[in-house]
Formats: sequence, structure tokens, C-alpha cells
Amino acid sequence: MDFFNILEIIIPSAIFFAAPLIFTALGGVFSERSGVVNIGLEGLMVIGAFVGVVFNLTFADQFGDLTPWLAMLVAMVVASLFSLLHAVASISLRADQVVSGVAINFLALGLSLFLVKMMYGKGQTDQVEVGFDKIDIPILSKIPIIGPLFFSNGYIPSYIAIVLAFIVWYVIYKTPFGLRLRSVGEHPMAADTMGINVARMRYIAVMISGALAGIGGSIYATIISRDFSHATISGQGFMALAAMIFGKWHPLGAMGAALFFGFAQSLSIVGQAIPFLRDVPTVYLLIAPYVLTILALTGFIGRADAPKALGTPYIKGKR
Amino acid sequence: MKKKRLGLSLSLLLTAGMLLGGCGQAKEDKAAEEGKGNGFSVAMVTDVGGIDDKSFNQSAWEGLQKFGEENGLKKGKGGYDYLQSQSDADYATNLNKLVRSKFDLIFGIGFLMTDAITEIADQKPNNKFAIVDSVVEKPNVASIIFKEHEGSFLVGVVAGLTTKTNKVGFVGGMEIPLIEKFESGFLAGVKAVNPNATVEVQYAGAFDKADKGKAIASSMYASGIDVIYHAAGATGNGVFSEAIDLKKQDPNKEIWVIGVDRDQYEEGKIPGTDKSVTLTSMVKRVDVAVYDLATKTKNGNFPGGQAVEYGLKEDGVGIAPSTDNLSQDVLKAVEEWKQKIINGEVKVPKTREEYKEFEATLKK
Repeated sequence: MDFFNILEIIIPSAIFFAAPLIFTALGGVFSERSGVVNIGLEGLMVIGAFVGVVFNLTFADQFGDLTPWLAMLVAMVVASLFSLLHAVASISLRADQVVSGVAINFLALGLSLFLVKMMYGKGQTDQVEVGFDKIDIPILSKIPIIGPLFFSNGYIPSYIAIVLAFIVWYVIYKTPFGLRLRSVGEHPMAADTMGINVARMRYIAVMISGALAGIGGSIYATIISRDFSHATISGQGFMALAAMIFGKWHPLGAMGAALFFGFAQSLSIVGQAIPFLRDVPTVYLLIAPYVLTILALTGFIGRADAPKALGTPYIKGKR
Repeated sequence: MKKKRLGLSLSLLLTAGMLLGGCGQAKEDKAAEEGKGNGFSVAMVTDVGGIDDKSFNQSAWEGLQKFGEENGLKKGKGGYDYLQSQSDADYATNLNKLVRSKFDLIFGIGFLMTDAITEIADQKPNNKFAIVDSVVEKPNVASIIFKEHEGSFLVGVVAGLTTKTNKVGFVGGMEIPLIEKFESGFLAGVKAVNPNATVEVQYAGAFDKADKGKAIASSMYASGIDVIYHAAGATGNGVFSEAIDLKKQDPNKEIWVIGVDRDQYEEGKIPGTDKSVTLTSMVKRVDVAVYDLATKTKNGNFPGGQAVEYGLKEDGVGIAPSTDNLSQDVLKAVEEWKQKIINGEVKVPKTREEYKEFEATLKK
């Protein structure tokens, strides 16, 4: 295998691995930028995966090739409604945001497995019939070198994820909405004084995070596992959370971190087939992504500053 | 104050939801109450996979059902029954429950139950236990283990004869002795029929990471491998999804997956067609083993303290009944090698050391 072949394998698999993480991490950016910790991303992904798979199985006959897209939209809506529980508990009722997020994780897994059991009479669903297809992007995939590396054998949602990161960056940093969102996360009292409805902004942010995590979960289930069981989402939500912190609560940073995770992951896999790496015991390659992450976190990116008001409920009139 | 009450009711709701998630199977536990048998009764405890895991728990239960029906037993106490475990903490409790219900033989399904069986067997020396997929050295425990290497050898033969690129892949879950049995047997099978083939071996490091399975499969297929055998549980789902996606992109691509533990033909179905990317599967007949052990025990031949091995000879392992993707020649070759293994002409390696010796004999 020459170097180009290796890249040709590593890069596409890094991108598809990263896509669900990018969506979910972007969701995390919204929620945390508004000052609400969202440990519940994992649970919201579970809901997204569950709804996505169930919708796909139920309506594949009616909608044909459109099914996975509609499933993604439905998963988005349901997960954002589900995230309302977190919003109500942590914004209106001022519960501890971490505890409420953990409750979301438990509830999501318990509820979705319970429903699978009720609906299908077994512990896991069947395989989905219609998935997202692998495509070569027309024209772009014909570009020498770059074409085969970035625009072949990809999935459309992966590209959407990357484009979305730029959109989110624009929304958060260049629009009045984004400014308000950041201000309620940094100094809610100042924002309140300026006439911004803090609770409303935070509700919106948490629901957007639910929606994006729902998309992340549904594309993970549709592209990668193709069914839903207790092991479908196992830790991806937390990796997305890590990507967001790694990316310093910045949408593009979060995307970069997710891609980095994907890259490290596929390097650890392909590494077993690369001549000079194959003598390294497998276990070192398998832990490499995590070691790289720790090194990157401690050594390269420096201090990661969270939004100032993160984790503290806003109480009107209290100093 | 109002807010506090609201908060309380919300947290109650969340808790209720969690509990609800846990009680999906509660009604089945009650099934043990009914039915009276005649003499011999037998029961099993599932591991966390549940009774309908499409894998060894389900298979074991099918074996027990067959045994029960043939012996005129009723489902329930005094006949044949099962208890499901929701978490690791349930194993010992469930075993105890069955002991108290006076079942004559109690199966623990899966190597996860090793500790629980050891503990309960010590506490109840007069009861008979059996464990699947693990060895517990107690006089009142019979251990059922499988010769996975023999079944893997046969699918290796299939892979060796089917590959056109002479490149074959193996995806393992974790690098543990059990999975090395699969690996060694598979390698030996491939090499026995196709000495020119190379086998690429990769471990995902987990049994539940479909994304890793998919990435490994993607790299393997891209490097020219055309048949992948996975012994990786849910990680293998990723191998299937990658093969299906590639096949949908280019239906003429000749790529295959070999399934494991049960007939995985359905998992490999290509949407919109009636074809499957599943070449064949290495099946572990837990049902055969459970049935056989129950029969032995009923006849007074309980193999306590022993490890009973089920291989090709006992019909404990083999290739799946779905053979649509296999040619007559391949099936014939499989049958020949199967006979050779049963006769003892070929000794299938079950560790990497034994495989090296095996490889050396091939070169002569």
C-alpha cells in the first residue's frame, strides 16, 4: 500500500465517522453558549437513533428513497421536544444541569429500549431497508488527488455536517441572534438589563441542541449500525461533548476536533495494515486516539474557557 | 413553592420513566408459577442480551423448548423455564430463584455468568448447574464449550475458494483466547485450500462499536480484500453496513461477509433486491448443546466438573443453512473437509502457536 492509498482509506472513513459527532457537538455549542450544560447529548442521540430507525422501518414503503431524510427530520423534531425536559428542569426549575442531563441519558435509553420491546417484541429492531447511499460527488470527484480523497465514497450527510459548522459559526458570531445567545451565556444579568429574554434564549438554544443531536443520532444509526439496540449509541454523545470542549465552544473548533477524532480513529484502524506500524501491538494503536486527544488538550490548545455563566441558572433580580 | 412542587413532580416523572424502562420483561418472570411436570425439570438464566438476542440466549432457549416438548414437560415450574437478567447484578439472584423453585438442572448462558455460577454452585453443592461458553471447575457444574475453530475452519475453506483477489480479511472483537480460536481456525481453513491467499487480521477492541467495524471493513475492501469474516458481535454490524453500501454503489462489485454465531443471511440483505452480501455464517448450535446436556442429565449422566466440547462431530458448530451464495463445488469441498476433521485426519489449530505448526505441515 503506498501513501496515497493509505490517505484514500483514512480520509473518507475519518469523515463518515466524524459526521454524527459534528452535528451533536454543534448542538452542544448552542446549548452551552447560552449557559446550559448539556450532558444529555448522549441521550438525545439515543432518541434520534431510535426515532430515525423506527421511522425508517415503518415508512420505507411509502417514501422510498426519501425515507432516511424524512426520518432524520422526524428524529430532529422528536429529540428537540425531548430536550424540552432538560430545558424545563434546568432553566425554569433551576435544577442542577448536570443531574438533569444525566437523567435525560438514563430516561432516553430506558424509554427507547422499552418501546422497542413493546413495538417489535424483541430487544433490537430489524435492519433498516433504505439507508443513505455512498456517492461520488459529480464533477468534484473528478479533480485529481483531492477528488478521490475528499469527494468519493462519501455520504451526503457528512458534507452537510461540515457546511453546517460554517453556518453555525455565522449564526453565532455574525447575527444579532448569535450575539444575544452568547451574551446570556456570558452575563445573563447584563443581557436581561438590555431587554433580552434570558429564559427564552436558553430554551431555544437547548431545543436546537436537541434537534442537532437527534440528527446526529439518526444518521449514526442509519449509516453505521443500521439497526437500533442498547449498543447503538455507546459513548458517541460524550465524544461529541469532548469535541465541543476540545474545540473551545467554537463551532469550527468543534468540527475540527470531531474530524480529528475521526482521523485518529481511522488511523488506528488502518495503521494495523501499514508496514511500519503493523509491528506495534494492536492495543497501542487502539488507545492512540485517546492519547492523542489528551496530548492535544494539555499541550496544544491551551486553556479552554467555558462561557462564564455556564451551569448557573439565572434568577431575575438576584445579584 | 409552586416551582418546587413542579420540580418534584418532574423528577418523579423522570424516575418513573426510568423504572418503566426496566420492567419490560417483568411479566415473563411470573411464568415460572404455573405448570407441574413429571420428574425432571430444567431452567436457564439469560445474560444481559435477553431471551430474543438472535444469538446464543435465544438459541439456548430453543434447545430447552425442544427438550421440554419432547419430554412432555410444561413451561413453568417443574417443567422448563427461563429467567432474564437485566443487568450483571441479576445473575446470582436469578440463579438462586431457580434453585428455590427446585429445578433439577440450571443453565447459565454466556461467559459473563462465570462468577455467578461459581458462587452459587459453592453455596448449593447439591444442585446441578451448567454453563455455556465458559469453564467452571466445580463438581456440580458442567461446562459447555464449543470448538469454534472447527466451524471457523469450514468458513475459511469457503472464503479460500471464493476469493478472487486472493485476499481475505478477519475482523475480531477483542484479542482474547476465545476469538483467537476463530482466527486460527479461519486462517487454517483458508490456507488449506488456497495457499496463495493472504489473510489480513484486525481487531476492533470492542464488541459493540459498529463504527469501528465499518471503518475496518472500509479499509479492507479498499485494499482489495473481497471476503471478510467477522467474529465481533455488534461491531460486525458495521462490516455488514459497509458491504451493503458498497454493493449498492456498484452492484457488480464482488464482496462478501461471513457471519458468526448464527445464520446472518438476513443481516446482509441488500435493500431492494433479494440478494445478500452474506456468503455464509459460522453457526454455534447452543440449542444442540443445551438439548444434549439436558438429555444426558435426565438419563443420569450429568457430566459434573467436566468441560464438554461440542464440535463438528457433535453438530455443535457448522456452516449456516442459507447456502444461496455458495456453489456446489464449494459445498462439496466443505463437506469433504468436514469429514476429514470428524475423522481426525485434520487437527484444526485453536491457538496462534498451533496455527504456526499447522502452517508448517502445509508447506511440506
